[in-house]
Amino acid sequence: MEKALSELGQMDELAVMESPIHDLNAAAKLLSTIVYIITVMSFDKYDLSGLLPMVLVPVLMYQIAGIPVHTCFYKLRIVLPLVMAVGLFNPFFDRAIMLKIGTVGISGGVISMITLMLKGVLCLMASFLLVATTPFDSICAALRKMHLPRTLVTLLLLTYRYVGVMTQELAIMTDAYHLRAPGQKGIHVSAWGSFLGQLLLRSMDRAQELYSSMLLRGYHQHFHYAPGKPFRAKDAAFLILSCLCFILLRHINVAELLGSLIVR
Amino acid sequence: MIEFDNVSFEYEKGKPVISGMSFRIEDGEAVGLIGANGAGKSTIMKLLLGLVYCEGHVLIDGTEVSKDSLHHIRQKLGFVLQNSDNQMFMPTVYEDMMFAPLNYMVSREEAEKRVDAVLARLGLEDMKYKYNHKISGGEKRMAAIATILAMEPEAILMDEPTSALDPYNRRLVINTIRELEQTKIITSHDLDMIYDTCERVILISDGKIVADGRAEDILRNKELLEANHMELPLSFCAR
Repeated sequence: MEKALSELGQMDELAVMESPIHDLNAAAKLLSTIVYIITVMSFDKYDLSGLLPMVLVPVLMYQIAGIPVHTCFYKLRIVLPLVMAVGLFNPFFDRAIMLKIGTVGISGGVISMITLMLKGVLCLMASFLLVATTPFDSICAALRKMHLPRTLVTLLLLTYRYVGVMTQELAIMTDAYHLRAPGQKGIHVSAWGSFLGQLLLRSMDRAQELYSSMLLRGYHQHFHYAPGKPFRAKDAAFLILSCLCFILLRHINVAELLGSLIVR
Repeated sequence: MIEFDNVSFEYEKGKPVISGMSFRIEDGEAVGLIGANGAGKSTIMKLLLGLVYCEGHVLIDGTEVSKDSLHHIRQKLGFVLQNSDNQMFMPTVYEDMMFAPLNYMVSREEAEKRVDAVLARLGLEDMKYKYNHKISGGEKRMAAIATILAMEPEAILMDEPTSALDPYNRRLVINTIRELEQTKIITSHDLDMIYDTCERVILISDGKIVADGRAEDILRNKELLEANHMELPLSFCAR
């Protein structure tokens, strides 16, 4: 748990590193990420070859940002299996052979499963890159500039902050449990109900105190986000170029094109 | 000036936590609120800050604490929570210190100046950009005090400001409190700290004022303290 808390804090530290990606305006990065995710999601479930070149975008961005790609996979290790499980049953329902590699037939189900998994992973990688290169307050400020409802953005920001509070409470409770249950792995099923109930109550108490602390310092449903980096010509260039790149990759199957060139 | 005029409060009907309490605290006074657990100290703080409402009148500079006056009242009162983790919720000390001035419509430039001035005054310049999750308990308590000072409040309320601190950090916090020129209301079981920082003490028991007077007189009164589930400050026992 202490590790989880430390990892949460590390996200804030990653976001203030220095790199050409970190230096970009939050709104430009946010819009570019949204366009990237929409583009990735728009690929047909059998269009694996078309989707593959989209991998290059986050890989390249991670390199420029100076964030190792494995950091993303490590930090998202709990979510990744869920994403991977999305198309797990496709091979059972869609058995029509769509492709043959030598004598081995590959069914449509397998292709759609891999495509879905890849789509999920790419979306996660893009979202993680945004959070790892932009302070969360700046993302929220960008969302407000895009006229997203204030309540929704505040909710997002406070959820991000309260995750730490809940993790702290969970850490305290888990330690207290293990100190009185030596040698026991995890928390026994019989204690799950009361454990979760207590966690909820304790988190609510702390959240209430945090909220009181905010109210006592003049908070009135309006966050004053740090001004962040201004939107400059290079941000516009990044936004336009990245979106153009995504659209090109969506409409030109680079993998097929390269394949046909090699075959010729 | 802070005034409690015949204040009564109960969380559950028929179980009063504060009963007909009246006292007055003049500008610049340092007052220690002491009493056993459940005596009503924290409730007094909550009533002052408008976190709960009561029968009777709670007045801050002549303005009654009510829903309509909250914004105005809370600008005058800075509250240092017992658990600094619950106070420091922004990523860095700097952002936390900027939070209140910006909420009170102070310009970003002016707020920055305030933050720098407070950090310099408390000798915490090195902590400005430190992450809240990376600083020690003692540093966090000092930073929590700094966040409140950046509000430039007229009175500072503190709930157990020296709890869970090592002797060095405890002394640091005490010295800092002593140097604050604002009105101070401090609740604590650390009677040595109360003796060091407050000239006046209000002893509370079962929601009523048992004694109100000079710290020297009340904190040296063994019978009075023991009758109210408290003990003489340790420094008096050693002498």
